[in-house]
Amino acid sequence: MSNRPISEDDLHAYVDHALEPERQAEVAAYLESHPDVAKRVASFSDQRSLLRSALAPIAEEPLPPQLNLSRIIESKRRRSSASSFRWAIAAMLMLAIGGISGWSIRGASEAPAGGLAALAQEASDSYHVYASDRTRPVELRDSNELVQWVSNRLRQPVKLPDLTKSGYRLMGGRVVPTAHGPAAMFMYDDDHGERLVVLTRPMTTDQNAPMAPHSGSDFAGFSWADGGMGYSVVGPGAAEQLKPLANEIRKQAQTI
Amino acid sequence: MSDMLHQIEPMIPALRRYARSLVRNRAAADDLVQDCLERAVSHWDQRRDTGSPKSWLFAILHNLAVNQFRSVSARIQHVAIDEAGEHEIGQNADQEQKLMYQDVLAKLARLPDEQRAVLLLVAVEDLSYAEAAKVLNIPVGTVMSRLSRARERLQQELERPADHQQRNVVQLRSKP
Repeated sequence: MSNRPISEDDLHAYVDHALEPERQAEVAAYLESHPDVAKRVASFSDQRSLLRSALAPIAEEPLPPQLNLSRIIESKRRRSSASSFRWAIAAMLMLAIGGISGWSIRGASEAPAGGLAALAQEASDSYHVYASDRTRPVELRDSNELVQWVSNRLRQPVKLPDLTKSGYRLMGGRVVPTAHGPAAMFMYDDDHGERLVVLTRPMTTDQNAPMAPHSGSDFAGFSWADGGMGYSVVGPGAAEQLKPLANEIRKQAQTI
Repeated sequence: MSDMLHQIEPMIPALRRYARSLVRNRAAADDLVQDCLERAVSHWDQRRDTGSPKSWLFAILHNLAVNQFRSVSARIQHVAIDEAGEHEIGQNADQEQKLMYQDVLAKLARLPDEQRAVLLLVAVEDLSYAEAAKVLNIPVGTVMSRLSRARERLQQELERPADHQQRNVVQLRSKP
């Protein structure tokens, strides 16, 4: 028998059957020698069973059809497959338009094509397509395998930014195609399920570029380049919230 | 998918019961539970804790209710009670028991929102203190102190004569 004094919390836990058996017995013994406390505890127990009986009928009511879970799941599935179909059409259109306009501006302005603006666009496209994917947002979840894969494809060591201190957990990533070769996409999410995407690839132009916010995009984002590698981060919400994350990623990337 | 179905489905009756204490009437409570279920279905894969989804579901429900009422700047109002009329209280319960249930629910409704929430999650929905703390996003110590205050206060109320008895007395006296 422990000599820990019986606290107010112990009394409530006794009422709620939340104590270890040994402690439960200690409290019971204490109550036997303290009738006043025992009376109070008994009234709490009565209260508890009274509430449970009074509210039990609500849980016994038959469920209305609107709360049929199979139906909710089914309608969700239908809606999301409809939207992925729309995404497929949109992606096809984007490829077609991209193909035509890419061809027409070919040669017109060689310089910016592989630059920061292009990287920013690629990152928002990746965010658009993959972050909204509920079924398979990432190809690989294992971080070791992922680093190895993207490092091989990008032909240089790629480091995974660690954003746990900022509240974002790595979901995984994949190699994504760009007009400038393969890029590595990493996806993170926070406790609310908000996702963000980090895209990195070797730069053909703008090999070193200061961090710049994205403009004219639906999502907030920042891009920069250090030592030939470009980085871009895109997420929902306001740019001010994303800025510290971008700084953190930049800092980590510089310490490879 | 079927794993999700099997884990969430058994919780629905309890979610409805808790919802009934957060909003005014049955229809509003069921709408709230429906929102909660839709959200749970979409975010199922993003759960942190892959154990029992109980506190996760109650947290979604609770937050939806709080946000909903904050947005219409209305107070979270209790319930179960005004409507806890004929059909809600079990039909088999005898008259005296029925009155007793109505009385305790009316008195429960008068507790401050935050005390009532803790009491219901712990004493009726069987959440552990840690789970209740997670649902309400407060420290466990705060759960304990609210639980204690809720029980003391409800006990004081219960020791007073029941509401319906008072009403009856008034009616009798005003008869002649």
